Amino acid sequence: MNHNRRVLLKGSLAAGAVGAAVGAGLLTPKAVMAAWAKDAFEAKEVNAAMTGAMGSADATASDKIKLKAPDIAENGAVVPITVTSNIDGTTNMSILVANNNTPLTSTYELGPTTEAYISTRVKMGKTSDVIAVVKAGGKLYSAKKEVKVTIGGCGG
Amino acid sequence: MAKSIKLRAKAKGDVATVKALISHPMETGLRKDKKTGKPIPAEFIQEVVCESAGKTVLSAQWGSAISKNPFISFKFSGAKSGDSIKVSWVDNKGNSDSLEGKIK
Repeated sequence: MNHNRRVLLKGSLAAGAVGAAVGAGLLTPKAVMAAWAKDAFEAKEVNAAMTGAMGSADATASDKIKLKAPDIAENGAVVPITVTSNIDGTTNMSILVANNNTPLTSTYELGPTTEAYISTRVKMGKTSDVIAVVKAGGKLYSAKKEVKVTIGGCGG
Repeated sequence: MAKSIKLRAKAKGDVATVKALISHPMETGLRKDKKTGKPIPAEFIQEVVCESAGKTVLSAQWGSAISKNPFISFKFSGAKSGDSIKVSWVDNKGNSDSLEGKIK
């Protein structure tokens, strides 16, 4: 019986049984996807989020990281952020918003030929520092910029 | 969830620029329905993977703080026109989608 159950789980892992279980609240999504850094994304503090995402909260400020973000964001629900790193050997990047409920917005693992350039759009609850953290050669570097938000993008 | 992805990839010399737009509600789980006062359950993309010519060029983990209908752009080298490019995502409910295209 156990065996059958295992087979069933495997067969329908992608969408069926597990998806339904998630919907019913039986399983948290994080239990299904072990790869997703749950602790980091649920952390309420910048340091904890950074440790979870990048392995440490100890980052050196670097002007080789270019963080492009608006000075004033009229709509906090859509804040365009572009991060470019000119540090050789950049392997990972994360974007954090310090004053958000959960600061970590996203984390990226770059392939060997991928350039250290990411552009995306994030939500911001209120005026906050946006922090870009870059991992290169096992070390962490960061850059930050304050973005003023006139209308928050979280809650509503 | 078909056709949730719009994908553009363009090669300039050796470097390809990829732009992807995904239509997804990206609910944080913190918002409340104004009429009923009940919280809207969280629904957001957790993983985005991009592959080109069989190699993973970018794997991203997203939290709920990525905007609705997320946009992502990135560049990678060693690409040429005609190479395949594939973007796929998985959300916290287990929904997923992927799209394969070619670099122009």
